[in-house]
Amino acid sequence: MMEEGADLSVTIAQIVHRLKGAHLHSQLEKQARECLHRPEIKLESLKEDVRSFLKASGTLACVCVCMYYRLPPPGHPAAPPEHTKEPLVYMRKAQASWEKRILKSLNSMCTELGVPLARKRPVSEQKELTNKWNEMGTDEPGNRRSYLKNPNYDCREGLTANSHWGLIQISLNVRDIPQMREAYPELSLTCSQLGIDDHAHIPPVVSEQDSAAAQQYSRQGCPTGFRAQLWALILNATNEPEDIMHYEQLKAAVIHHDLLVDNLIYKDVKLTASNDDYYFVFEDFLYQVLLCFSRDTAVLEHFSYNSATPPKSYIQGKTGAEEFTVVYPPNGVIPFHGFSMYVSPLCFLYNEPSRLYSVFREMYVRYFFRLHSISSSPSGIVSLCLQFERLLQNHLPQLFYHLQAIGAQPLRIAFKWMVRAFSGYLSTDQLLLLWDRILGYDSLEIVAGGSVFPVLHKQLLSVCNAVLADLSTLKVMPLLQVFLFA
Amino acid sequence: TFFPSQQNSIGYTLTSLPPNSDSPDREGRSSVRYKCSMINSILDVLRQRPGWVEIKEDGEWDFNWCDVGWLRENFDHSYMEEHVRICHFRNHYELTRKNLMVKNLKRYRKTLDREVGRLEGAKCDFFPCTFELPSEYHLFVEEFKRSPGSIWIMKPVARSQGKGIFLFRKLKDIMEWKKVQRFSLNFEDQRDEAPVESYVAQRYIENPYLIGGRKFDLRVYVLVTSYLPLKAWLYRDGFARFSNTRFSLSSIDDQYVHLTNVAVQKTAPDYDPEKGCKWQMQQLRRYLTAKHGSEAVETLFKDIDNIFIRSLLSVQKVIINDKHCFELYGYDILLDQHLKPWLIEVNASPSLTASSQEDYEMKYRLLEDTLNVVDMEGRLTGKEKRVGGYDLMWNDGPVYREDVSLETLGTTYQIANTNLGCVNDRRKQLRQLLKPFPGHKRS
Repeated sequence: MMEEGADLSVTIAQIVHRLKGAHLHSQLEKQARECLHRPEIKLESLKEDVRSFLKASGTLACVCVCMYYRLPPPGHPAAPPEHTKEPLVYMRKAQASWEKRILKSLNSMCTELGVPLARKRPVSEQKELTNKWNEMGTDEPGNRRSYLKNPNYDCREGLTANSHWGLIQISLNVRDIPQMREAYPELSLTCSQLGIDDHAHIPPVVSEQDSAAAQQYSRQGCPTGFRAQLWALILNATNEPEDIMHYEQLKAAVIHHDLLVDNLIYKDVKLTASNDDYYFVFEDFLYQVLLCFSRDTAVLEHFSYNSATPPKSYIQGKTGAEEFTVVYPPNGVIPFHGFSMYVSPLCFLYNEPSRLYSVFREMYVRYFFRLHSISSSPSGIVSLCLQFERLLQNHLPQLFYHLQAIGAQPLRIAFKWMVRAFSGYLSTDQLLLLWDRILGYDSLEIVAGGSVFPVLHKQLLSVCNAVLADLSTLKVMPLLQVFLFA
Repeated sequence: TFFPSQQNSIGYTLTSLPPNSDSPDREGRSSVRYKCSMINSILDVLRQRPGWVEIKEDGEWDFNWCDVGWLRENFDHSYMEEHVRICHFRNHYELTRKNLMVKNLKRYRKTLDREVGRLEGAKCDFFPCTFELPSEYHLFVEEFKRSPGSIWIMKPVARSQGKGIFLFRKLKDIMEWKKVQRFSLNFEDQRDEAPVESYVAQRYIENPYLIGGRKFDLRVYVLVTSYLPLKAWLYRDGFARFSNTRFSLSSIDDQYVHLTNVAVQKTAPDYDPEKGCKWQMQQLRRYLTAKHGSEAVETLFKDIDNIFIRSLLSVQKVIINDKHCFELYGYDILLDQHLKPWLIEVNASPSLTASSQEDYEMKYRLLEDTLNVVDMEGRLTGKEKRVGGYDLMWNDGPVYREDVSLETLGTTYQIANTNLGCVNDRRKQLRQLLKPFPGHKRS
């Protein structure tokens, strides 16, 4: 019991320390000071009165929400830190094995191209980059070499898919339709959903700056004109001077050093976002966000609840010496093909790079990281795959059987949509409505449910012999509602 | 090349025809003979329309989708029966040639100033300061000198697709051009030589609205079925055309930066046809709403409506109104940083060639609905306010969404019946609106 108490006070001290620098803290202080003038605050019961006042005003609720995301998930006090990252041993092993392959690929790219992992830029190059900061997309593609071998390249295609009913043969707890109905009551057919923007009046949650209420509101979709503010509120992504300063520091880091992973980012942006009808205009913003993201060590905090482990690199000449290891890249996240699509839809909402950055970083450390690391989390990609297969098997078994029989495993089709949370596959307005629910329900589960329709849609189209259309005309939310509640 | 997706005639699911009691017995044709000089989406639309038969070469036709050249040569000598329709007005160039458009707008504005007041005239303040050359050369120089350092754009009046256009900041930049044009201020000289091509010199909009650092303009479609009285429809779809390169005033010579016509963009060195330099109007409207809020965007679209209406009113009395004629205009609009729309030009023959599958489908819908409005088949009552993706914008007066006027309640606030950039659920609407094609049953 004593140990628990000690642990608790350490945790509290950590939270207080972390909150001290945050805007929320100064807000809390200000409110507390101001409320002292109020008649209901009595000197004798100062502490209780102030506490109840803050509770009633909703600020405490915001602090709770904020803390919820900053704290590691509750676990057994005696559990080792690996358990917080991922409780199941076999999952940890799978993730570690996957990471090994990625690193091998990255290292061979490094040696084959003869490019260092990091390099300090000469002054002339720094100046040039500073001038071109707002139009990095004009860089000639030939200047940036990158060739990352597919980490799966030596994997035999030996999965005897036909002998299994589905590709994911793991028993994880995933929700079926009746359970989803309970979890997502706001999606029921009787609740109105926002699809077409028709509101001119500001939703009260915005004017009250209530983060928890905004999250609840988002479950039924956000009006186009207020989505940017609502998301920022839900994510507690502020644009205070300290945030802007942090972003400027990251920008300075980009100017000073060139990283090998930057080549991966350039290649990704050119191949994905720049070729997308909706997002090509935002090319420059993507570099401004992703290059800074790679250098942001604050992102390392999320590895305490991420099954992945940031790759380590040794300072030249000191291989093996623990004291000379650095995390590479500084934020511990190696970008991959399609990574920039996590950022692209946000460009639709936010203009100022520092604001865009805050929102993206928060979305990544809360949700997106789960889509490319192997874990048992219900929002993790493994669970989503399993849930998708189960939903299809249980509710559209003939379709599932047919697809498997013709060698078109449904998961192989749907996987790429889920990894990207549908970015680049759905039209922007539908995508944003889907992401409204990810934020509203604080879970990626909806991505699994939403994947069922496109499979059906594509299959029906191919039967009708039409050109296999892309998903850009699909209205996912209404279909999901019917699937769950009709 | 793009394959048309299965765009069949609208399938009906109703089992009984709704009564259409207020239609006078309009002569609907079960078979329409058409002529078409284009080989792009319009031909596909015509070919797939039930009951429409193509006429080659000489032969009687009921419907002609002609080009303006044919019109110029043949219109005056053609006799057309009452039901016949043709897709241009005889003197459309009053609106679609840059110099004439400006002339008509200036005249219209003066009329408004005089007859109604300056406030009303100010509503025509949507085109940049423009002068016709060579005739208004002196006026141009006066204005040019009054605003030193500003950028001007020179455009030939009758060419399209961005040809012959250039920017300049100094008068000496156009000296060369003057020589080439065999420019003469002496009227006597001009008479004997070949006619000098007419140009307009216009103040360049130096602060365009940028998205991702890029300039773009809007292409909007307006269908006019009559000038006297004026009846005009606005299509919900349209698109924004982006420049492939980031906007900057430092390079005036780089025409790729400043001109957003797809034809010019296609020749730019880093043009990637797969990239798609276009956004659908709905995408743009949503983007602007997300950035500026719905109120600001509604004001913007109201201002855009104003451009269409006033430009059409300015030529209403000049255009030879002929009941056989209708015309589909492609309006080019530019937004500036203050979200003010500017009229760049009006096209009588907007491009119907598609740049992508999505573009093809949009143009297909547009043309199909154009034919629905023209209504050779006699399926409409004439009282409709919406046909497919078209909303009736002006019918000898403004058209409002609600039929009941609120004037009785002491207020005159009404919402215009336009929905540019809004959801285009045309199939559903057409199903409810139209009788099946003559000779076809509801499926």
